[in-house]
Amino acid sequence: MGKLLEIKDLSVGLPLPAGLLHAVRGASIGLDRGEALGIVGESGSGKSMTALALMRLLPQRAVQGGSITFDGVDLGTLSDAQFSQGFLGHRIAMIFQEPMTSLNPVYTIGRQLTEGAVRYGGYSEAAARKRALALLDRVGIPDPVARLSQYPHQLSGGQRQRVMIAMALMLEPELLIADEPTTALDVTVQAQILDLLAGLRREMGMAMILITHDLAVVAEQSDRVAVMYGGEVIEEGEAQAVMAEPAHPYTQALLSAIPRMDGPPRQLGAIPGTVPSLLSPPKGCVFAPRCAYVRAECVAARPPLLGDSAHSRLCILTDAERPARAPAAPIRADHVMGKQDVPVIDGRDITQVFTSRKGMFGPKHTIRAVDGVSLTLKRGETLALVGESGSGKSTLARIMLGLALPTSGTVEMLGRPVADLLPLERAALVQPIFQDPYSSLNPRRTLAEIIARPLTLRGTDDTATIATKTREAMEMVRLPSRLLHSYPSQLSGGQRQRVAIARALVTRPQALVCDEPTSALDVSVQAQILNLLTELQAELGLSCLVITHDMAVVHQVADRVAVMLGGRLVEEGTCDAVLRSPSNEYTARLLAAAPQFRPEVSGVQETFA
Amino acid sequence: MTQTDAFTFDAPEEAEPMSPGQLMRRRALNHTGFLIGSGIIVTLALIAIFAPLIAPHDPFVQSLSSRMLPPVWDPAGSWDHLLGTDQNGRDYLSRLIYGTRVSISIGLGAATVGLLIGVTLGVVAGYFGGWVDHAVSFALTAQLALPGLLLAMALVFIIGPSIWVVIGIIGVLHWTYYLVVTRAATQRLRNLDFVAAATASGATPRQVIWHEILPNLIPQIIVIFTFELGIAILAEASLSFLGVGIQPPTPSWGLMIAEGKQAMFYRPWLVVLPGLSLFTLVIGANLMGDGLRDITAPEGRN
Amino acid sequence: MLKYILLRSLLALAVAFTVSLAAFFLLNVATDPAQAIAGEDATQEVVDMIRARYGLDQPLPVRYFEWLGGVLRGDFGESYYWHKPVAELVAERAGVTITLALAALSVTILIAIPLGALAALNPNSWIDRMALGVAVSAQAVPNFWLGLIMIILFAVMIPIFPVSGDDTWRHFVLPAFVLGASSVPAIMRLTRTGLIEVMGADYIRTARSKGFRGGALLRRHALRNALLPVISVLAVQLGQKFGGSVITESIFAINGLGRLALESILGADIPTVQMLIFVFAIVFVAMNLLADIINAILDPRIRIG
Repeated sequence: MGKLLEIKDLSVGLPLPAGLLHAVRGASIGLDRGEALGIVGESGSGKSMTALALMRLLPQRAVQGGSITFDGVDLGTLSDAQFSQGFLGHRIAMIFQEPMTSLNPVYTIGRQLTEGAVRYGGYSEAAARKRALALLDRVGIPDPVARLSQYPHQLSGGQRQRVMIAMALMLEPELLIADEPTTALDVTVQAQILDLLAGLRREMGMAMILITHDLAVVAEQSDRVAVMYGGEVIEEGEAQAVMAEPAHPYTQALLSAIPRMDGPPRQLGAIPGTVPSLLSPPKGCVFAPRCAYVRAECVAARPPLLGDSAHSRLCILTDAERPARAPAAPIRADHVMGKQDVPVIDGRDITQVFTSRKGMFGPKHTIRAVDGVSLTLKRGETLALVGESGSGKSTLARIMLGLALPTSGTVEMLGRPVADLLPLERAALVQPIFQDPYSSLNPRRTLAEIIARPLTLRGTDDTATIATKTREAMEMVRLPSRLLHSYPSQLSGGQRQRVAIARALVTRPQALVCDEPTSALDVSVQAQILNLLTELQAELGLSCLVITHDMAVVHQVADRVAVMLGGRLVEEGTCDAVLRSPSNEYTARLLAAAPQFRPEVSGVQETFA
Repeated sequence: MTQTDAFTFDAPEEAEPMSPGQLMRRRALNHTGFLIGSGIIVTLALIAIFAPLIAPHDPFVQSLSSRMLPPVWDPAGSWDHLLGTDQNGRDYLSRLIYGTRVSISIGLGAATVGLLIGVTLGVVAGYFGGWVDHAVSFALTAQLALPGLLLAMALVFIIGPSIWVVIGIIGVLHWTYYLVVTRAATQRLRNLDFVAAATASGATPRQVIWHEILPNLIPQIIVIFTFELGIAILAEASLSFLGVGIQPPTPSWGLMIAEGKQAMFYRPWLVVLPGLSLFTLVIGANLMGDGLRDITAPEGRN
Repeated sequence: MLKYILLRSLLALAVAFTVSLAAFFLLNVATDPAQAIAGEDATQEVVDMIRARYGLDQPLPVRYFEWLGGVLRGDFGESYYWHKPVAELVAERAGVTITLALAALSVTILIAIPLGALAALNPNSWIDRMALGVAVSAQAVPNFWLGLIMIILFAVMIPIFPVSGDDTWRHFVLPAFVLGASSVPAIMRLTRTGLIEVMGADYIRTARSKGFRGGALLRRHALRNALLPVISVLAVQLGQKFGGSVITESIFAINGLGRLALESILGADIPTVQMLIFVFAIVFVAMNLLADIINAILDPRIRIG
């Protein structure tokens, strides 16, 4: 029996005003029955486009090449109607990244679950309903009967994703495609959904394609892995082999960019340069411009496919030529200069209550977003504040920044109550760095204006001094000065985050409050920014409050950790102590749920054992 | 069934992306509607400015001997009056040319009055929220509920028609579009992190509004301004047509249509020509507005 | 749901009250009604007499509450011009205007929604361009001029319809078209952008992944979402049709509320103008309320908070 799915030489092009965007080029992927394949790549690598091409969900104007064969049938020969009635739902189904928007808001869960089965699956209404109830129960939705008559907005994000999974499984497909199924969810929910998918796959004997940017997820959940970069599959093979012995320089670099929870924190491997423009793909290797081992041949012609079906890569380097990976030097043995017990920001008994009304006359709702939290940021340290969405960590961060006054409790900065500080005095002490580099810079201002703005507002420097300080700040975050007069829209996400850091540091504050500073960035860019922050902190003796949901980031940067749940602080201690032996049950759960990247022990067997 | 262009794709950056200004210039030059619209507006604006130099006759001089002469293409027409004359023997082309001045100045004036009211309320409501926002929303609903044309007619009639009264009243009754758009945009912008960053750097609300928020509203305000220009021009024409706007002998296109109405079955050009002039001016403004919307749109559709 | 409607109704009442207040003060502060009734050349004694007769010598707030009290009792005052109760005048003429407004709304719906939907489903096709052309032109045409041109074309040159009057359904065809055309651009654009946005939504992608295509996808997944905003705007437009009837009725010599409005303005008949503004505002507010209720029925996010 042949493979279940055989994608050969797939190419996808999207016509854009600036030209044809080569989103996928020459991608070939095979999948056996019941097998789990992970497709990993950073944003713009073409991983989602590959899945959408397979589902025929590409935009109408997209141009597609190559062949897709499913169970011996060349899908290219089928009409749209034949394909959607013969394959979609029955044989191939898909779940998407955004559970919040993937369900139709105006129809009931029940209708959305059953309509496909009734219309295209030959189910009767009653049979479809019965199957839907059984599946809802199986995916862990309490009280399925009541749920059927509810609407999507009455369910949480995790529940909606469970409904999406049940919907995809209504007709028992042979292949399930999951496109970043857990990216939009909290860590603990993420782990549950991934376990659920794995369990269902085994029960139903389905094949699965799991598309993700998260190497740790792939390592835990897949039999095989395909690594995509710049629209190409640059490495493919058995998950364990690829993770433990990556053969392509890109995969190697990517793996070394992931912060790891085991051992001491090490300098992260950052990949220099930026992702290639897919408007004019190179003649040679797509990774050549950023590759540490680049040779003349790499630029001249496409690299060969080396290796065997168990593990192959698009690279000129033979096994013997490939340099061995050496672990990077540990950082932060004593990287913090002059760490003292002097509090820089001192929050005492902070409580924040929000009252909201529905409309002008609706009933009042009160939410205790922060409930009696005391937190101290000491000079020179990095304090990580960890929690899931709704834990109140971002509200607390705004209060610690002095941007909002708490309902009760006090915040002192260097011994002075924040309520007594003038806005400019407060600005000189602490500066924020935000999560989304696309919204943290004013799109109508040049970099020079953005970085100089805090100085202009302070108004103590003349124009020449401001210009000098702006240049220094650009140098500090390793941005070339030719970008001074560019606009944010001309920069990549990583570059924008550097600008945000430069703006925060231009007035030389004592402390930074970083709210999820890297969670919107790709792994390789996250590595650059985390390295930069670590270096700057050592250089300038900064104190940092880092808000994050990612335990690996905590391990990488933090001296101390505080864990929040439902507005309260449930655990606080040194990084080593908390991560190694959490005393709180919730902290332990967070740690267990974090997808941990340990290539040496990766593989499905261990995870499910 | 079609997939639409709302499709998102996280494209990696090009090697040398264009600055916002360059991008807009390129889009503008490729946008046929915008080029036609701005061509019409620029031409008509020049005609308005240089009306005394262009007009072949004095638009106010009456001549009983040459009343209702037909245009030049009519067998009875003459080259002396290219588009004929009206009931009072005034040269129709000259009156049309001077009518451009009335329409454009009232359009610009009224759209500016509306802009000042609407943008101020919109930004304040969007930025401060809370009861300010509730109050402004209430004012908005009340304004929408008022029959605008009827109120404008009554007020112009009562206060007494002059060009300033017409500008003021049309402007005061046309600020809702500015309000709705700037309020929504301000609400969105004020929750973006660059506003929080400015506040964290010690900026006052006033500095945040002027330096961070308003620059981002300008493209949308310009787009609405061009649409409101057309709406105000049509409103003036309607008032003048109904006899409660610009008064004779000032050459207003709406008034000219009203004057030509008596004879329209026999001399249709008296109605057709000023109507076409209005149509051309307003379609120019609307094409320009549509074009500007496409050009300044963040993702750049098409 | 009941509570939502109750709150909306309260808000509607508040808006109607505010509007009546605003109109009353604008009309009475801007001018001296007694002088307006007496005419420009009247002597001071005559003006004073009129002022006393109509109770215009009392302070504004007192007059407003007297007026409001009258409205609540069903007494809308007496017309200075026709010397008849305003309520009687309005009642006589309302039927024609309601007919005209509803006919105009049907014209709008029949042209704008199919055109907008076709344009959205075939972006950048000839039909999309044509729809855009229709919208841009209809937006730029002076409404009163369109009326006159229609009369020249379809009542004089090709005499299919009567020039003016309001006796038979044939009298309403041209006015309804002219009045309806003014709302076509807004509704057409809203239908188009709404449907384009919905067709790009994640839940449509989900439905496509379940095999839905073509008409089934449109009917079962896209239409309701796309039409929700259209309903609100249609109600607003219907409310505005009453105000817009001023022009159409005067051109086609239809004896409805619009013409009454124009005549009372030109006759300086403040009580009638005031009453008409109030009536039009009430109609608008009622239509808005109706739209809110329909939206609440169709959208579970409003119905079940």
